[in-house]
Amino acid sequence: MDSAWLIPAFPFAGFLINGLWGRRLSKKRVGTVACGAMALAFLTALRLFWLLLQQAPDRRIWEPVYYTWIAVGEFSVRASFLLDPLSMVMVLVVTGVGLLIHIYSTGYMHDDPGYARYFAYLNLFACAMLLLVLAGNLLVLFVGWEGVGLCSYLLIGFWYEKRSASDAGKKAFIVNRIGDFGFLLAIFLTFWTFGTLQFSEIFQAAVQRFQPGDMVLTGITLLLFVGAVGKSAQLPLYVWLPDAMEGPTPVSALIHAATMVTAGVYMVARCSVLYALAPLSMGVVAAVGCATAVFAATIGLVQNDIKRVLAYSTVSQLGYMFLGCGVGAYVAGIFHLMTHAFFKALLFLGAGSVIHALGGEQDIRRMGGLRRWLPVTFWTFLAGSLAIAGIFPFAGFFSKDEILFETLMTGHGLLYTLALGGAALTAFYMFRLVFRTFFGESRMDPETAHHVHEAPGAMAVPLTILAVLSLVGGWVQVPILEDGKRFARFLSPVFESARGILAGTSEHGTHPSLWVEGALMGLSVMVALAGIGVAYRWYVADPQRPEKVAARFSRAYRWLLHKYYVDELYQAVVVEPLKRLAETVHEWVDRAVIDGAVDGAGALFRRAGAVLRRIQTGLVQHYALSVLAGVCLLILAALAV
Amino acid sequence: MVPLHYYLLVSALLFAIGVTGVLVRRNAIVIFMSIELMLNAANLSFVAFSRELQDLSGQLFVFFVMVVAAAEVTVGLAIIVTLHRNWKTIHVDAIRMLKG
Repeated sequence: MDSAWLIPAFPFAGFLINGLWGRRLSKKRVGTVACGAMALAFLTALRLFWLLLQQAPDRRIWEPVYYTWIAVGEFSVRASFLLDPLSMVMVLVVTGVGLLIHIYSTGYMHDDPGYARYFAYLNLFACAMLLLVLAGNLLVLFVGWEGVGLCSYLLIGFWYEKRSASDAGKKAFIVNRIGDFGFLLAIFLTFWTFGTLQFSEIFQAAVQRFQPGDMVLTGITLLLFVGAVGKSAQLPLYVWLPDAMEGPTPVSALIHAATMVTAGVYMVARCSVLYALAPLSMGVVAAVGCATAVFAATIGLVQNDIKRVLAYSTVSQLGYMFLGCGVGAYVAGIFHLMTHAFFKALLFLGAGSVIHALGGEQDIRRMGGLRRWLPVTFWTFLAGSLAIAGIFPFAGFFSKDEILFETLMTGHGLLYTLALGGAALTAFYMFRLVFRTFFGESRMDPETAHHVHEAPGAMAVPLTILAVLSLVGGWVQVPILEDGKRFARFLSPVFESARGILAGTSEHGTHPSLWVEGALMGLSVMVALAGIGVAYRWYVADPQRPEKVAARFSRAYRWLLHKYYVDELYQAVVVEPLKRLAETVHEWVDRAVIDGAVDGAGALFRRAGAVLRRIQTGLVQHYALSVLAGVCLLILAALAV
Repeated sequence: MVPLHYYLLVSALLFAIGVTGVLVRRNAIVIFMSIELMLNAANLSFVAFSRELQDLSGQLFVFFVMVVAAAEVTVGLAIIVTLHRNWKTIHVDAIRMLKG
């Protein structure tokens, strides 16, 4: 447990080596250093996991304190970690999936001139993300939070020569800033209320001192959620994530699907005690999550860029995780976070493999029939799609179904219906992607088709491993079966106090019969299959159909294609007024007041000099006269005293 | 015995004449002589006080002043001679090469 600091330290060492000397090292060395750092971090995490399992369930919590970071009067922050089952799950996901994506990147980025820079950023990201999930107090968490934001910015704008990429990086950074502002306010309010930022102390004090529904806690949790909304791309701050697809595809897989964007979910789960004491905030979390899940899924229906569809799907799936946390099913939310990390990383890497094979083509209208050329990519992508659609026995089935089940069981009928509809949409748009990309006739131009090649080993192996994980990843949490819910048992000590509070305030704990649970599962699978069936009929059996539908509902289609014009709305309502304000300030405050003061000071001295220089005549007599005058003055003054 | 303030008045008068000479005259030799006047005005004060206070150190100072004045005259006259050789004038307004 004392070696927990090694987990973020390894990637940081990799960042230093590749960042400082990467350009002088060979590509092979750079890749080895980066992947080796992640592998060491992963092994350390596995060892800690094993040590954690040795402990009795209620003693699986370590809080190593390394040193006092800040001590100013009453304010004291320690650099400390918090290692419990929740952070362990996150560390394993980050290091494990991160390692696979690092390996994949050695193949995907092989011909890029910024190879060393890429891996330096990627390692720095891993370090910041691990700091975030291991943090023992809000301030350490915030450091990691900002660190991953920075790396996200650097990696989205990795190909900064491209205007759209650097714009997308800035957009991500600025939109996140809005969320971070809320997060910072939450930290201030927490310190003001509790006098500490240490998680364990906050939670203990919250349970002892506050009643459910307390205004202060509601404020803190809502502000925290503002931060989560920014980082995890929920309504209304989701707009940066689809644009973030300008970055290299493995980056999209690691940062914008598997790990960083789930930081918000992790943070809400980490603060489960506070949320449990603020029912209003939980309602907001659930509602925002559910709305985002459906909203993003509808946009995903009509997008034509393979990565953008996946981006909207990520936004939508993050919505499901928040829905889970919002209805008090934290285990389900974290479970979905984990399985989503597997299958969404897989889908992005698969998409990356397609893009790699097609020499940079991302438009699914110019793909088709790729199944023949890219068998490994196809089968793994199919596995990922089945997982996200929620088909038994893939991982997504177990996790998504648990969220839906818990939503219904906590009495959120409307949210359940919406989320179920979202699941159908998910199945539809994912299989639209599969059918358009891998089935049917090839729509590639001959030049591209000539160069199509299957992914090299460094890319195929991670794809295969993730495909297996997408299949078996859900089996740690099997409902109905006796002793099936191992994942829940592992995580439950973390959420014990939150569940205790929730049980006291609502009708939690009522468990329906197995028959109901089974029937609901069947319903989920039926809905998913229906989505896939429609996709098959439209895109394989009758390829003319989608155009006809689009023509019939042309207005709705246009709205979806233009993403509900949200970007345009923000441009008009937020960006343009701010620009105008900035221009006004520039003209009046900057030009007139500040520049005026500086220029005025210069002009004053120039004019004063022009007048005073006449005194200096160069005639000694004149100087002597002034000396005399001065002496006379001094004598007079002496006499006067 | 002549009272002290008589001496001082003469000394002040001499000094004032010297200052006026330095300020208003443009001939370097005359300016020089005016400076000598001021120095001797100071000498007169020294000696007067020396006698009044019965202290010899005032007279000692006068000798120093005289030595310094003699040295100064040597250097100053040499400069004036050199100026006259180079510019054919010792009018100070004409010699303002050092003005920036």
